[in-house]
Formats: sequence, C-alpha cells, structure tokens
Amino acid sequence: MEITPGIESMANNAAPYVGMSTTVSFNGKSGNISSGGAELLFNNKKKFDVMLPSSDKPWTIKNLLKWIKDNLLEERPELFIQKDSVRPGILVLVNDADWELLGALEYEVQPNDRIMFISTLHGG
Amino acid sequence: MPVKCTRCCVKVAVLKRPKTSDALCKECFFWAFETEVHETITRAKLFKPGEYVAIAASGGKDSTVLAYIMKLLNERYNYGLKLVLLSVDEGITGYRDDSLETVKRNQQQYELPLKILSYEELYGWTMDAIVRQIGLKSNCTFCGVFRRQALDRGAVLLEVNKIVTGHNADDIAETVLMNILRGDIARLQRCTLITTGTEGAIPRSKPFKYTYEKEIVMYAYFKKLDYFSTECIYSPNAYRGHARAYLKDLESVRPSAILDIIHSGECMSVKDGIKLPTQGLCTRCGYISSQEVCKACVMLEGLNKGLPKLGIGKSSKVKRRVESLCKDASKEEESC
Repeated sequence: MEITPGIESMANNAAPYVGMSTTVSFNGKSGNISSGGAELLFNNKKKFDVMLPSSDKPWTIKNLLKWIKDNLLEERPELFIQKDSVRPGILVLVNDADWELLGALEYEVQPNDRIMFISTLHGG
Repeated sequence: MPVKCTRCCVKVAVLKRPKTSDALCKECFFWAFETEVHETITRAKLFKPGEYVAIAASGGKDSTVLAYIMKLLNERYNYGLKLVLLSVDEGITGYRDDSLETVKRNQQQYELPLKILSYEELYGWTMDAIVRQIGLKSNCTFCGVFRRQALDRGAVLLEVNKIVTGHNADDIAETVLMNILRGDIARLQRCTLITTGTEGAIPRSKPFKYTYEKEIVMYAYFKKLDYFSTECIYSPNAYRGHARAYLKDLESVRPSAILDIIHSGECMSVKDGIKLPTQGLCTRCGYISSQEVCKACVMLEGLNKGLPKLGIGKSSKVKRRVESLCKDASKEEESC
C-alpha cells in the first residue's frame, strides 16, 4: 500500500502539524501487475490518496498506522497490524526507501510522501 | 534525513540489509545481492558447464527472481548453462491459472523456453477435484507431495541435469523449525542441504539458500520484475504458518536469527546407533521413497478408491491399510 501526503492547508500555519495529503498503497508495483497481497485487507484497493487531518501530534508512521487501522482497514486488522507496528513480514517503503533507514515507526511523514506496504507473507 | 550508502558513500541508501545491517543504495544492493548468489553457486559447485538446468517456476516472487538471476549470472559469469522454465499446473482455478500467465510473460521477458505439466495429466486429478473430495484439511499435503514428484517427472521429460528451486533462507529456517517441532530427524538432516537427490533422482538445488526473503522482495520491487503475489486460495497451511509467524517475530528482534537457525540445523547430528529410514525406490512408480510404496502412490490410491484420507495418516497405519486393500483386491479377483 502506498501513502502520499500533500499539504492540506499551507495557510494554516497556526497548527503545529498541518494536515497532509498522502498516498498509501499496497503491494504497488509499477509495470505489469498481477494483483494480490496486502490490498486484500483494504477492499482490494491498491492505492489511496489520503488527507491526514491536522493534529497536535506529529504524523509519525506509528500514528499513521493507527489512522490506517481506523480509517482504511476493511477486515481482519491483525493481518496488517500487530501491537503498534505492521505485522512482521510486511515491508514498509517511504518514497521507495526502506523505513528501517528512516527510524521506522518514529519517522515523521512529510507532505507528498509515498508510503508503501509490501506483504511477503505469501507463497513464492 | 536520508542515509548515505555505506558502500559507495555517494548515493542515498534505499535498504537496510537484514544480514549485515548495511545501508545500501539501489546499485550497491543489486551488486551485493547478485554477487552473493553467484558466490553461493560457485562455492557449492552447483553447476558444471554445458549442463541443462530447469528452473522451477511458479510465477511467485522467489521463482521469478530466481529465473531473472539465473539468466543474468549465466551470461555474466559464463556458466555455460542451458536454462528452461518448468512449471506445474496444480489445477487451482483463480490462482494457478493466473500465476501461470505470469510465468508465460516471464518466458517472453527472459527469452527462456517453458514447459508446463499439469496434475491432471500426471495424476488424473486437479487440486480443485482433490479439495472437493477431502475438503480444506490436509489438502496442502497432497499438493506438496504431488508437486515435488511432478517437478521430477517434468525434469525427466525435459532430460535436464538439474533442477533449481526458489527456496530462500526464510523458507529453510521455517522448515528447520517444523522438523524440530515434529522430531523429524531424517528430514531435519536433509532440509538444510543446498543440493538434494544426488543419488538416483535428478539433483535439486537452492541458490537462494542464504538469501533473505526481504531482499528477494526488494530486489523484485526495485527491478520492477513481474510476479504474482496472491495467496493460494486453498492456502491455510496452518503448521507452516505458525512456524513462519514465529520466525518473522524472531527476525524483527534479531535479523540474524534466520541464518542462525539454518546454521543450527546444519550443526545438529544424529547419535550413532539411531536408525534412520533409508531411501529406496517406490515399488509402483520407481520414484524415490523411504517406504515400499511412495506417498504420492498411496495418496493417489486413496483418491481413486474413495478413501482420500489414506495418504495423510501415519505411515505404519497406511502400510497396514494398503496391505489389507491389496488382499481385498486379490480376494475379489479370486472370487471372480
């Protein structure tokens, strides 16, 4: 899944963390795609352009995951989220880079980031 | 703040390697990934020049990356191999038919010949038909046993010297755990070997034995390889699923756990005096087997006689059942 945030309202300088539009995608692959993977938990939608609401907390991936769980997940959240993080075996890419390089759960989502979740939990 | 690649120190890193914790850029990752597989192949002396090698291809991530990398390394390092894609059509509507379309595209993309063998032509049963008989319990056992043999039969038909499969380090570590939990010491000894079936059967090897699943998926993603990622519709292979979830939890705490478990599996040895099943040949089909009649033949007999549970019980019980079936059959013949 892929999430790209964009600034919701640049004018709203008062809020410490403005809302952002973000792209969230699942098993997104460019080129010829055979479907399948984590998007099955999201009503088969591979890509979401989302607007994150303004918040008094930074939009860390940790907070974003919680937001995804509350707003996008259609079924069986335990197959996507375990405790505060993604289920082990789901890879997370932020703008095509491994989230482990960016602080993982603590990474603060920036406007227009593309956040992708790729499940490895299927046959090879 | 983007992290720089620790190898070339110029470009932005895109991946943290689970094996080494190195942060690498795309190009350095490709280089490391390809070189390590090449080293695994050369160190284990997997191939000889002039050999004809079948790549077991399902259309999934592992075998798609394997086909890509075998072609790449064969050309880059002049292995001198003739390659062919070998696929098994289990007959699972909505799953295998779609993934075989991926294999057919791979065939064009990598310019490799492709051979598809179906369960239906080999055994007279598709997995759809088997599941209608036995339901969703133990169906993975049927599929696994039949697939293993189907690949061998395909390899014999193609007259290849070797088969390579896409099993990766995570798969092998999972299998080690499962064999420990089941106390299956014979399989525990075999499952960490990079090549099996050297006596009699066509040798099978695993060039990705030391390759992490995470890296295979990232490689496929960055190279934009065309693979199929849907879970099998009959998939609840529950036992493996538990081993897998446990392994992934361990990996998230300590990424080296996967290689450590493979290493443990390799180091375990059997005390002198412990009797292990010896591998012989099935008296019916001639396939390698540790019983008089191989598992596939027993399962097939069960299906054809309307006793599909036959092949999934304990082998000692099955043996008795087969013997009594044989007696019944000969009695019937006599009475006729």
